[in-house]
Amino acid sequence: MAQHIVSPEVHEHHTQEQESLKTAGFWLFLVSDVLLFGTLFAVYVVLVGHTNGGPTGKELFEIPIFVASTFILLTSSFTSGIAVLQMQANKLKGTIFWLVMTLLLGGAFLFLEIEEFMTMVHEGANIGTSAFLSAFFTLVGTHGIHVTMGIFWCIGLILQLRKRGITTVTKRKITNFSLYWHFLDVIWIFLLSVVYLMGVM
Amino acid sequence: MWDSIKEFAGDFFVTGDPLIYGADVSIALVSVAIVFVLTYFKKWKWLWTEWLTTVDHKKIGIMYLIASLLMLFRGGVDALLMRTQLALPEVEFLQADHYNAIFTTHGTIMILFMAMPMMFALFNMVVPLQLGARDVAFPFLNALSFWLFLFGAMLFNISFVIGGSPDAGWLSYPPLSELSGSPGRGQDFYIWGIQISGIGSLMTGINFIVTILKMRAPGMKLMKMPLFSWSVLSSCITILFAFPILTVTLALLFLDRYFGAHFFTLDGGGMSMMYVNLIWMWGHPEVYIVVLPAFGIFSEIVATFSRKTIFGYKSMVFAMMVISVLSFFTWVHHFYTMGSSADVNSFFAISTMAIAIPTGVKVFNWLFTMYRGRISFELPMLWTMGFIPCFLVGGATGVMLAVAPADFQYHNSYFLIAHFHQVLIGGVVFGYLAGIYYWWPKLFGFKLDEKRGRWGFWTWNIGFYLCFFPQYFLGLDGMTRRVYTYEWDRGWAALNFTSTIGAFLMGLGFIFQVWQIAWSVRNGQRDKTGDIWNGRTLEWSIPSPPPAYNFAVVPQVRKVDDWWHEKEDRAKGIERPKQELEPIHMPKNSGIPFIMSGFWFLVGFGFTFDWIWMVIIGFLGVFGSLYARSFTYDVDYYIPVDEVKRTEQKLRGATR
Repeated sequence: MAQHIVSPEVHEHHTQEQESLKTAGFWLFLVSDVLLFGTLFAVYVVLVGHTNGGPTGKELFEIPIFVASTFILLTSSFTSGIAVLQMQANKLKGTIFWLVMTLLLGGAFLFLEIEEFMTMVHEGANIGTSAFLSAFFTLVGTHGIHVTMGIFWCIGLILQLRKRGITTVTKRKITNFSLYWHFLDVIWIFLLSVVYLMGVM
Repeated sequence: MWDSIKEFAGDFFVTGDPLIYGADVSIALVSVAIVFVLTYFKKWKWLWTEWLTTVDHKKIGIMYLIASLLMLFRGGVDALLMRTQLALPEVEFLQADHYNAIFTTHGTIMILFMAMPMMFALFNMVVPLQLGARDVAFPFLNALSFWLFLFGAMLFNISFVIGGSPDAGWLSYPPLSELSGSPGRGQDFYIWGIQISGIGSLMTGINFIVTILKMRAPGMKLMKMPLFSWSVLSSCITILFAFPILTVTLALLFLDRYFGAHFFTLDGGGMSMMYVNLIWMWGHPEVYIVVLPAFGIFSEIVATFSRKTIFGYKSMVFAMMVISVLSFFTWVHHFYTMGSSADVNSFFAISTMAIAIPTGVKVFNWLFTMYRGRISFELPMLWTMGFIPCFLVGGATGVMLAVAPADFQYHNSYFLIAHFHQVLIGGVVFGYLAGIYYWWPKLFGFKLDEKRGRWGFWTWNIGFYLCFFPQYFLGLDGMTRRVYTYEWDRGWAALNFTSTIGAFLMGLGFIFQVWQIAWSVRNGQRDKTGDIWNGRTLEWSIPSPPPAYNFAVVPQVRKVDDWWHEKEDRAKGIERPKQELEPIHMPKNSGIPFIMSGFWFLVGFGFTFDWIWMVIIGFLGVFGSLYARSFTYDVDYYIPVDEVKRTEQKLRGATR
């Protein structure tokens, strides 16, 4: 094992160096994700009027649903923030509790989104109906896939927290997860304004 | 039963062309030979532990280099097939659809599977050594990037014998690339081959930005960093901003083809021209992504072989950063004929011409560095000297093309073909070849033979001008790109024939280089000092090839070209203080990158053939691999001081 050759303090020092690199790299990944969503938003804005005689956003979007989605996702961002605060206070149980809350809220958000998509498809508004709907399903769906990935990631992190407790490595992982989750929240705010609010206006 | 097998095989394998059957046989023979050699010499375990699972940036660099040279061969064969077909009017060598497939794969392979990996090879081989680092920031991710590239490239390349090649042009404009225009498998191979390797490229970009910003040796301020590393930084920043656009564009095309979406279709409200805009928002920065590192290589080589510090270091850095920003504001110049307003076209004409300014600054800086230097013309310098006039002409014709009204005449003609080959071969390929000659001794411990290299250099260069200068005139005479044949009365025969002779001379140059490498493996001059060119930067301060940990002690940097100053100090009898050895922290090898990329291959292959079960297995494997990695905590080890001492004594031996 590595620890036989160097003292635990030296090893800890190396680990901390490695972990700080990973947080920096994660920020850059988020930059690339901003570009990814930026491109999808641009495509959506270009195609939003191309409804091909099919339904428009005004006919499809239901205000109570997307308002509820917004509150749920914003709250989950808040709970993930509390989880990080608990982690910094070295409270393992609190961290796990608030992460589970985040997970549940993320799941509820996804449930609403899938419901919304299903309803639209049943009404005959699917990805092949018009360019507008292609762009809508892709943009909102990409956000949804991000949320799904975040949920699976979070489950993995909770298992690791239970096994290893709060260490330099798990701390970095939770911090990155929380960055990711806040980022998805910010993207949602743009989705809310550009897609839903401007859609029902 | 037999009929269904026959039907399946007829769809699965490409049939009908004797050239393809020849390729089938040679692929089968090569595969059998590889398996036989590995088994006979009992090398399977060696292959797995030393190469397939390695996270060492030097080995990953070497693998990138080998892969890119193979791809250069395949792309080159494509080019020679096309030139043979066009050598004379009305040649019946390739059918029209076969010709379409060949110009498509030629372009895609040369940019994405030759230039990109050759660039990553140089990144990996050089950057950590120049920075005084022991590896890149994320060694695991680095290995993953490589394997994603390789499996993506393989997916693209098997389309040649299985399922059918893509044939909608190297950027696959819709509506031709939509299901309505390209119902075959080729286009799906194209999408997934590029998508998978593109994810790898994006991760490499992130990896090297963090490496350069965070892992420089103590004392190496950004403005003391070697110019090659600066060029890598500017290139990687461009990757970070450009590649997500490619990912999205290809994904949207996939959704159109697979789920019947209407992003780029002619019906349903889709917009084909949006694809053209999006793909060039990536595609134009992409050419700067590949050429910026070449600029960095020239800066290192010119300084070393002129025995002078580079002229105008700060302006070099500034010029590269300006280029990487401006590269995002020129994409429309690829389609002035789209029908944008005069204002839009003027904006992009001016922004395109503006790029000539920082590029000109760089050329003058190289020339001023050479001025009054003690220049020696070894192979790296020779290729640099070949680059300057070539790139100058390429740049000048580029400014001609940038003039929007005039471009309506040049658009899609051989004038354009000649221009971009002149900048991509004269700039990128010459640059990478110069870099490979320059850093080869560092990585392999021996020098590539001068004599055979010079034969290669001159055949390449003479071949280049013979091949592409006639094409400018062909373009002005009205020959458009992508025509597979032409009539005698056009008057294009003589120029085309000259061009074909030139292309084969370049092929001969490549053969000289292969011979040069093969000859030098046995007979090349061995590098015992680690500093075979009397270099200036940190990579020359360690043995060749470097030990796994690169630097026994982390160097303390004081100046630009620090190693040069250290050598000067030493000549004056001033030794820098010796540092104590400490155990060295290293990343552990991992098989996950290889396995995970294999699963990505299954995803791509499954989507191409509509085999959903395979897609599901692929995705499960990808996520399983991600989880497996996330749960692995034993990722590093230490090399004890004794072992470092022993290795250093063995490598440095008599010299110190």
